[in-house]
Amino acid sequence: MTMTEAVDHRLTTRQMASFVANGFIRFDEIVPSDLNERAIEEMRHLEAERFAPDGLKPPHTGTPLDDCYPSPSAIGEYLRLPQIRGIIESFVGPNPTFDHDWTHHIQPHATYVQPLHVDAITDSPDLTFDVQLFWYPHDVAPGEGGTRFVPGSHLRRVRSSGLDRYQHIAGEQQFAGPAGTVVVFHHGLWHAGQPNPGDGDRWMHKVRLNPTVPQVRRWNTHDLPDLQNPPSDHIFARILPDSVAQIFRTMHPWMSITEYRNEQVQRARLWRYITGDTAYDVDHYLTRLEGRAALVEA
Amino acid sequence: MSTRTTMQRQQVLYLWANGSGLDSGTVAWAFHDGAGGTGPAVPDASPPYASGVDALRDGWMLLQSSQLIPPAPEQEHLNSYLEHEFVFERRITIDTPTQQDEVQP
Repeated sequence: MTMTEAVDHRLTTRQMASFVANGFIRFDEIVPSDLNERAIEEMRHLEAERFAPDGLKPPHTGTPLDDCYPSPSAIGEYLRLPQIRGIIESFVGPNPTFDHDWTHHIQPHATYVQPLHVDAITDSPDLTFDVQLFWYPHDVAPGEGGTRFVPGSHLRRVRSSGLDRYQHIAGEQQFAGPAGTVVVFHHGLWHAGQPNPGDGDRWMHKVRLNPTVPQVRRWNTHDLPDLQNPPSDHIFARILPDSVAQIFRTMHPWMSITEYRNEQVQRARLWRYITGDTAYDVDHYLTRLEGRAALVEA
Repeated sequence: MSTRTTMQRQQVLYLWANGSGLDSGTVAWAFHDGAGGTGPAVPDASPPYASGVDALRDGWMLLQSSQLIPPAPEQEHLNSYLEHEFVFERRITIDTPTQQDEVQP
């Protein structure tokens, strides 16, 4: 008898740790080409008809993801792809709700440079997060309108328009890649639309999703025991060479040493939330302070 | 008969560094040209200057550097905006457009 094993499309611990350290994760050519082609036409309709009396409309905010863009819809088909749902479930659980979406269309030879920003408003201090999926349904050549973003910027507390000042940041990236690529952003990642000096339209569909359940161990955690370092893992003492802590030691080129260490603290706090491991630490920063604080409280 | 005058226009350069010293490494930058391209450009490099000191050596005048502000309680480990900001200017002398004197009838 042949047994067919269901494919688990959820992310691995290594991928989740990378997302926590960098604020984004990228999946090249994850959407099939025929769906990409159909989606561009649907994006045209959504752009033209979103605010028109008739035509294609986005879902209402708060709609369960399963009910968004019912069939026949290329966008709905994309949102229901098992590989996309596996990614989404890993971050915001199996039944997130639709926040909003937008078709980002940059005309050929468009010169507008959108200022760097974060979406929405300044976050509350809790560790919950939304994800935003950026879907590029056609090839994007380097420099031709791909989204600019700053890896590792997602856990900073800023106001949206406060970032206008930064024209260039060391280590920033501008998306370029093949059709069907999806980049998932933590909602706090700094980003901006860019000019399109190319001859073709640049289309991108962005959707923001809200969790409806605690975002704890929603990914495929089979590899978590192997990668989860103990709180004693300390770069100036002993470390596991292949661990979540090693991933959290990613230092982006625009960070000072103080900012880098603060980021490690924020990554560890977020990891505590999504693993449920309240003792998790990297390089002893939280454990040291918590241990001393307990002496005062005793 | 024509008259020519000269005026000054400001070029402004922001550098953000990875430390509080003017010789710390540049991690972000922005350039605003009030001279409309008539003055010198910034070097075509990323970053244009490796540090604020390198900008000084290219003729930039330091206008302002950010204060060192101790972290507020409970905010010690939160990052926000880029911390070490240095603002420079260069003043560019430009010719104003040539003006013809009015011809009296």
